Amino acid sequence: MNIFMKSGLILLAVSSLALPAQAAVHVFACEPEWAALAGELGGSDVDVYTATSALQDPHHIQARPSLIARVHNSDLVMATGAQLEIGWLPVLLRQSANAAVQPGNPGYFEAASYVKLLDVPTTVDRSQGDVHPGGNPHIQTDARNMLLVAAALNSRLQQIDPEHQADYQKRYEDFSHRWQDALVRWQQMAAPLHGIKLIAYHKGWAYMLRWLSMQEVGTIEPLPGIAPSAGYLAGLLKKQQGQPAAMVIYAAYQSSKASEWLGKRLHIPVVQLPFTVGGDDQAEDLFSLYDDTIKRLLKAAGH
Amino acid sequence: MRNTAVAWLLPCLMLAVPMAQAEPIDELKQLKMQLQLMQQKIEKLEAAQAKAAAERASEQAAAATQAAATQAAAQALPQMPEPVSNSRSDANAFNPQVSFVLNGGYNASSRNPALFSVPGFALGDSAALADRGLTLNESELNLAANVDNSFYASSTLSLPAGGGINVEEAYVQTLGLPAGLTVKGGRFFSDIGYINHFHPHHDDFIDRSLANRVFLNSIFAGDGLQARWLAPTDTFLELGGELLRGDRFPGGGAARRGTGSWDLFVHAGGDVGFSNSWLAGFSWLNTTSLGRSSFDNTGAVTGTFDGNSTLAIANLVWKWAPNGNPVDRNFKFQMELFGQRQGGAFNTLSYQSRQWGGYVEAVYQPVHGWDIGLRHSLVFAANRGGAVLPGGLFDSAGHRPNRTSLVLGYANSEFSHFRMQFSLDKSQPLTDYQLGLQYIMIIGAHGAHQY
Repeated sequence: MNIFMKSGLILLAVSSLALPAQAAVHVFACEPEWAALAGELGGSDVDVYTATSALQDPHHIQARPSLIARVHNSDLVMATGAQLEIGWLPVLLRQSANAAVQPGNPGYFEAASYVKLLDVPTTVDRSQGDVHPGGNPHIQTDARNMLLVAAALNSRLQQIDPEHQADYQKRYEDFSHRWQDALVRWQQMAAPLHGIKLIAYHKGWAYMLRWLSMQEVGTIEPLPGIAPSAGYLAGLLKKQQGQPAAMVIYAAYQSSKASEWLGKRLHIPVVQLPFTVGGDDQAEDLFSLYDDTIKRLLKAAGH
Repeated sequence: MRNTAVAWLLPCLMLAVPMAQAEPIDELKQLKMQLQLMQQKIEKLEAAQAKAAAERASEQAAAATQAAATQAAAQALPQMPEPVSNSRSDANAFNPQVSFVLNGGYNASSRNPALFSVPGFALGDSAALADRGLTLNESELNLAANVDNSFYASSTLSLPAGGGINVEEAYVQTLGLPAGLTVKGGRFFSDIGYINHFHPHHDDFIDRSLANRVFLNSIFAGDGLQARWLAPTDTFLELGGELLRGDRFPGGGAARRGTGSWDLFVHAGGDVGFSNSWLAGFSWLNTTSLGRSSFDNTGAVTGTFDGNSTLAIANLVWKWAPNGNPVDRNFKFQMELFGQRQGGAFNTLSYQSRQWGGYVEAVYQPVHGWDIGLRHSLVFAANRGGAVLPGGLFDSAGHRPNRTSLVLGYANSEFSHFRMQFSLDKSQPLTDYQLGLQYIMIIGAHGAHQY
């Protein structure tokens, strides 16, 4: 029996020596938008794994074994932060046996730390639903935030992989120029959306609403993370009947049922927005994500 | 007398209060001035940056009208040369995350729970059925946090309804060991099998399966050390072992100078497409018992065991969720198989046994908030030796104890759950019909759940 244990320990020791050589920086991106950004800035110097897809709710991901294995093998974990991933990322990090990506180390990056957060609650109580004490984490819905996160990610990549500093810097400058051009374009495109009132499924669009000067007059979820009841929906319908909002929006990963129900009764368009890269066929990279989002909003607004 | 005291005190207080306030007011003024200065500086900086950005934008966007470009650039956030993290923290940010689980319910059964036994098996103290009627179950207090950059610590205290405090778990785990190694020490739920390491409020059913209750006394925990190694592969592969004190069922008496139990386990898992994921494992538990007591359902000792037991567990979990999004619909299949061999003396009479068992369960969530589950569990024993007396504890009389449970669950949010469970308990030749109702409420920190 003792021999059994000893040989087991020796086996552990020997096999742990056989680590593979690392060529590129392995990035574990919690959401597709960060994977896309890491791809823009890292190019061929990074190998990006996307932990979630646009069809998954980033609040509710199961801490699957495959994700633990991927975090274990990564050099940089890129999360949104602001407690968006609180239900799953801490478990992955703790089980990953990877010292480099633990919070506080250069290998752990939280995008929301570099952006001014909106909807920071003054009181935190679960009777308000599943609120995020740090503020609204869905920062990617405002394209301007990408520039801030990109700047931070650029310096982080240079810190982790100093050998390719110049390459990161070059790609960052290129990206930031293209992005600024795009911001001007989107601003012009979205001009007709100014002041438009809408109903959203989840409080997930605060940043986009501010960016495009749109107004949210109601949410289909009565409280963040709480599914609507029939009674609540009837109340929302009644409240909206006089002067209805211009459209109902929901993210690709959310159920369309309640949104369709409300839109049909109010006779207003119901728009599925990609929310992140890969949320629909058109939103295939960061640039087309915002192009497509604005196009869909314009179409629903009748432009 | 009292009036004179008040008459003296009041003027004193009136004098003291303004004096005490004098200092803060000055500080406030200073702060305000500093703030105003800072604001002016920021405004200047912003104006300069906006101007610079506007110039750049107007150069690039030649086609765009000047007005639109200025507006856009003014709204585009100024670009920082050295990004600084603005992650906020407050004074109590260093406090551990605290969560508290309240649960209680109601149990009904057609047979008196005091008569419960599983023919052929000597049971531990937590294998019993719940009492009839309305009950408050154990409340659970969990405190957890990173100790520093190298350690994580977690402690779970349970507060039984009858009073007292039990330390369910209190462990420290490494975060920064090289080569995929993690070491855990203290008291913890063992990682053998699948469901064993979860706290019961995480379960889909009100109670653990018959097999878990019989072989692991519901939950196998221990004081000791655990080491795990995670393979550097894209498929999850984990090897681990534990060395434990050995005072917990199926061990007992802290044999081998307080190192009476050890186990080894291997877990593997992965994804199949976007919608499916799995986890499989095999575990091997060896315990030496010194005077291990076994109990009946009233808490009376049925005998003591000295000897050795080895338990092997094979487990498989398969989860499905459309596109990997379990929020609205999901399905979970779970099974564990147990095989145990025991040898030694029971009440000083010779005793050898081979025992098998297991459970299979499936839980389906058809709509957000609701789930329905079915579980079947079966155990049986082949015992030999002088301790096997006709009609006694180890005489299974050819009976194969089994139990089938159907559970209906509702969750208002992630933090509030209600369950109703019907069971057909054929642990003994006479069938027992059981009903259980349960609520679970979690307050405090948002815990992250393991797979």
